[in-house]
Amino acid sequence: MSEAAPAPPRTSREERVLQIIETARAKRARFRDERITLAHGAGGKATQTLIEGLLVPAFAKTGDGVLAQLADAGSIQAGGTSIAMTSDSFVVKPLRFPGGSIGELAVNGTVNDLAMAGARPQALTVSMILEEGLESEILKREVEAIASAATAAGVEIVGGDTKVVERGAADQMYLCTTGIGVIDSRARLSTDGIKPGDRVLVSGPIGEHGTAIMLARNQFDLDAEIDSDTQSLWPAVDALLDATGEQLHCLRDATRGGVASVLNELARSSGVSIVVNEAQVPVSPIVAAAAELLGIDPMYVANEGRLVAFVSPEYAEAALQALRRTPGSEHAAEIGEVRAEPPGMVMVATAFGGRRVMDQLVGDPLPRIC
Amino acid sequence: MKYVDEYRDAELGRALATQILAETEAGRHYKVMEVCGGHTHSIYKYGIDDLLPPNVELVHGPGCPVCVIPMGRVDDGIAVARNDGVIFTCFGDMLRVPGSTQTLLDAKAEGADVRMVYSPLDALRIARENPDREVVFFAIGFETTAPSTALTLKRAKSEGLSNFSCVCNHVTIVPPLRALLESPDLRLDGFIGPGHVCTVVGARPFEFIPGDYGRPIVISGFEPLDILQSILMILRQLREGRCEVENEYKRVVPQEGNLKALEVMAEVFALRPHFEWRGLGFISQSALRLSDAYADFDAELRFSTPNVRVADPKACQCGEVLKGVIKPWECKVFGTACTPEHAIGTCMVSPEGACAAYYNFGRYQRQREAV
Repeated sequence: MSEAAPAPPRTSREERVLQIIETARAKRARFRDERITLAHGAGGKATQTLIEGLLVPAFAKTGDGVLAQLADAGSIQAGGTSIAMTSDSFVVKPLRFPGGSIGELAVNGTVNDLAMAGARPQALTVSMILEEGLESEILKREVEAIASAATAAGVEIVGGDTKVVERGAADQMYLCTTGIGVIDSRARLSTDGIKPGDRVLVSGPIGEHGTAIMLARNQFDLDAEIDSDTQSLWPAVDALLDATGEQLHCLRDATRGGVASVLNELARSSGVSIVVNEAQVPVSPIVAAAAELLGIDPMYVANEGRLVAFVSPEYAEAALQALRRTPGSEHAAEIGEVRAEPPGMVMVATAFGGRRVMDQLVGDPLPRIC
Repeated sequence: MKYVDEYRDAELGRALATQILAETEAGRHYKVMEVCGGHTHSIYKYGIDDLLPPNVELVHGPGCPVCVIPMGRVDDGIAVARNDGVIFTCFGDMLRVPGSTQTLLDAKAEGADVRMVYSPLDALRIARENPDREVVFFAIGFETTAPSTALTLKRAKSEGLSNFSCVCNHVTIVPPLRALLESPDLRLDGFIGPGHVCTVVGARPFEFIPGDYGRPIVISGFEPLDILQSILMILRQLREGRCEVENEYKRVVPQEGNLKALEVMAEVFALRPHFEWRGLGFISQSALRLSDAYADFDAELRFSTPNVRVADPKACQCGEVLKGVIKPWECKVFGTACTPEHAIGTCMVSPEGACAAYYNFGRYQRQREAV
């Protein structure tokens, strides 16, 4: 049996080992993979390596330029107006799923990237890559979905492109968009704006889009009624800006990689710690049950109509009420707060009363066997 | 969720934590090993460590079936997956386990048809739907998953499916535990027993732990209250000077196990003379192969594989970490040759392994201790 012994003080060797790890972590990500795997597209560490190790060094002219901020949309000055610009691509399978389809997703996803920059969406271009043999009925349906989602979001489709590739070179249809919006004069949003004490809000129950897609793929023989949450988030942003103005510090839509990935990215880039109260996180019973069965954490599951907002503490309640008055965000909740220590980490106070670290995903969230 | 939330009640958890504290002797340090990776996951997910007194330490055991698969076996799997016309199927978390040069995910990116399944029966369905393709299932797991592989193979045989085969990597839990317990420098006071394995094998196979090695074991469920209750039962045995197999998971684990499952396993599998465990080396009679009656379904006989043993680097000290002899940072390769991105041993492969957890969160742990 082990001897009675109080925890020994940290030895110099342990300090040295921790120092080696810190040095390794602080190094800029280097993209050294021989091939692209699905993990590079999953929104976790591999995606980050691809972006920070290959794309940013190649494209960013200066270390502190627009691109280096890695926001959902970039901003430019044009004729005295601040313009937000973004592009996105959509390769969802199946094309239609409960609560939406690829066309609707393309419009809302692009509009939301603009809204997260505090920009009122104005116009989109949509390019289509179509697979030879695609049924025209499917195409017509998606064109209609794009048109009606654009109308609902108050944006105009001002251009586009079509390409047809050989059968097998694409899977039915892919959509690529560019969006442009005018940055609202009330908005003062940036990752640097996040401060210890800020409250973290989500605009509704999480994980519904990802769950709807997983179930629609029919791999699991699970029957459950769950709709994707795809929607334009501009009305929610508009309401938040109205209620809080410059006390709204940062916004992100929690798409690929879910709320957990957004929080990790922001904790790192802002050099703060984020503490999530698990019991406060809104999750619908169906999403919770599906996640339980599949061994997945809803915090990592994709959303297409949910934002994460960082607000100064005095304005948290006003922000919450503003969200709850906005159709589509009625179930918004405050889920945590920003702290100074330990920087770069997301901690969870579990509903059971313990704590854990909510880490970045390494790749796709793979189900566990044990 | 009904029948689940009842076992996650925070108030009951706090009450159990108080009882646990009352069972401990001041000045004594307790090390309890949770054998099963599922327990490690629950402990991590619910932050159970936080509810324990500082002198009760949980040590993660060898029971993560994915992490213990050695590099050579992963290489063999990849070699099979690379054959023209093969559809290679396995559980999701196996995809990222490193072989000597790459993972199954890498092989997939290079063109191998690697598919994730949730059950061996899914692999069988794929075989039925693709009669012109060879469908291979990479079977892993302890006695928990072995019966479903066995049933799948029985069904394949009765349907006469000739395009289905299986790379059998099933392992058994008792031999590695015995290997740990044999070690003279073992520093463990008790064991949280693997509830899922016990639903199949029952409680009896674990009687050697108190009998031969004088350590208590409590078979535990996987909800947070189950785990706290089991820790309480272990500490109570220690305080009362008892040493036995107790069953906290009675609602699922029958004393004699699942006889039908054991029967079908005995028909389909045979013991391998020895099997290599990542980080632990060769352990005799610790794994299963397909029995002679099922040799037709044995992918290792159907395909040629490199079958080369890829040695774990000598400096890897997973065994010592698992035994609680050294801390992760005391291992010679920790943080240098062995990192989460390039894991060598089982403790680093799983994100919940002792070494990976220390690598990622050690800095945070230090702050917590300082408070």
